[in-house]
Amino acid sequence: MEEKRHTSSHYEMELQEIKDGLIYIGALTEKAIQMALQSLTERNSDIAHKVIKDDDEIDKMDTELEERCIKILALRQPTAIDLRFITTAIKITGHLERIGDMAVNIAEKAIQLNEEPKLKPYIDLPRMADLVGEMIKKSLDSFINNDLNMAEEVRRTEEITDDLNEQIFRELLTFMMEDSQTIHRSLMIMQVSKNLERIADHAKGIADMVTYMVTGECVRHQTCALDKKEPA
Amino acid sequence: MDSNIIIKLNKVNFYYGQSRALTDITMNFRKNKVSALIGPSGCGKSTLLRLLNRMNDLIDGTKVEGEILFEDMNIYSKDVDPVEIRRKVGMVFQKPNPFPKTIYNNISYGPKLTSMNTDDLDALVEQSLKQAVLWDEVKDILNKSAMNLSGGQQQRLCIARALAMKPDILLMDEPTSALDPISTAKIEELIEELKKNYTIIIVTHNMQQAARISDETAFFYLGNLVEYNKTEKIFTNPDVKHTEDYITGRFG
Repeated sequence: MEEKRHTSSHYEMELQEIKDGLIYIGALTEKAIQMALQSLTERNSDIAHKVIKDDDEIDKMDTELEERCIKILALRQPTAIDLRFITTAIKITGHLERIGDMAVNIAEKAIQLNEEPKLKPYIDLPRMADLVGEMIKKSLDSFINNDLNMAEEVRRTEEITDDLNEQIFRELLTFMMEDSQTIHRSLMIMQVSKNLERIADHAKGIADMVTYMVTGECVRHQTCALDKKEPA
Repeated sequence: MDSNIIIKLNKVNFYYGQSRALTDITMNFRKNKVSALIGPSGCGKSTLLRLLNRMNDLIDGTKVEGEILFEDMNIYSKDVDPVEIRRKVGMVFQKPNPFPKTIYNNISYGPKLTSMNTDDLDALVEQSLKQAVLWDEVKDILNKSAMNLSGGQQQRLCIARALAMKPDILLMDEPTSALDPISTAKIEELIEELKKNYTIIIVTHNMQQAARISDETAFFYLGNLVEYNKTEKIFTNPDVKHTEDYITGRFG
């Protein structure tokens, strides 16, 4: 159901600015992941250095958005859906900032890997990167459109990234067992894969918060059980 | 009636002449809880509050339908004395309205007028002022006019005056809307204290006040009870969209 507009147009605008800001950080993180992987597959460390440098913008936006949310909490004293929106936005910006850090981790590993002979063609890692990029996009779309189905789709995709991570881990294990010369490179590729898997976890975290925002129910943990309605 | 319930409304309709101000209100107020009534102007919340101690009887052309049970007694039965109801169900208004008398006489006036045991008026005055957290500020000026007190002190005096009648329920109609933030905070703290011994029903336009001090909140609109729920629920995730639109400011 489409939300009615606030009586205060300034308040409406402030909430819209939070949404816009999150979409902007989301786009930056998606690009950072894509570029970090590009740096690896194209063996171009300049791209990786750019990812590391551009993370400052993500950090800056994270701080700025958090401050805006705190200002709304203090000055507007939001309730109900607005309260859940703001608390969700604060959590989402935290998730996105961490995703940016993980893209930096991948970029750093790419720089190191690019200095050594290529171990193997990268097939599953780009696939995983595409998946997690799509997860971030969908999790933010679900936030903007209050779309529970899309949030659920993100949760399902997260399981696929877990499987891919395990598959990559197993494959690299065989490389290491066959040739000890590959251990260092294999471990670094494992870390790239692990970082992508963690990014997927963060995207799932965003989707879980969207479910909370829309329904008021916590789904982050199995132990989550917010008070169900009791008659007054 | 459930022993936790002190007032029970059953299909209450209320009319000012031909105009219906409340429609089929069914709800329970629980003992020793603070219940807040919220809603836009004209939604019927103050009318409902005044029904609970028969204050609306004083307005010509009004009519009540349905039942309002106060501990199993229908307060609108013919054999019920409205004055006795008003003693048990005290009221504090929007603007402090002390009598133009001394502080002492403001408190003792009601008990002296009624058939209450007034053997020890001094003790009753002291106890009431202490309960309203005003004693320390006025104990040395009890014989001074109440009109010299500040607005916040006058409002606490009015609460003390209501408490002197030893009511079970305190009705408050926007009790802090004419007060500054410090006086408001003192009244809110007082309400927290008073609910240990009294049931409090408060009408407020200040949504944050309802959220801060009440245990349960009822949202009224055009004379209908839209939602009545735990305050925490109402302000974080109300069941009814209309309630959410109102408390988030998406209204009109």
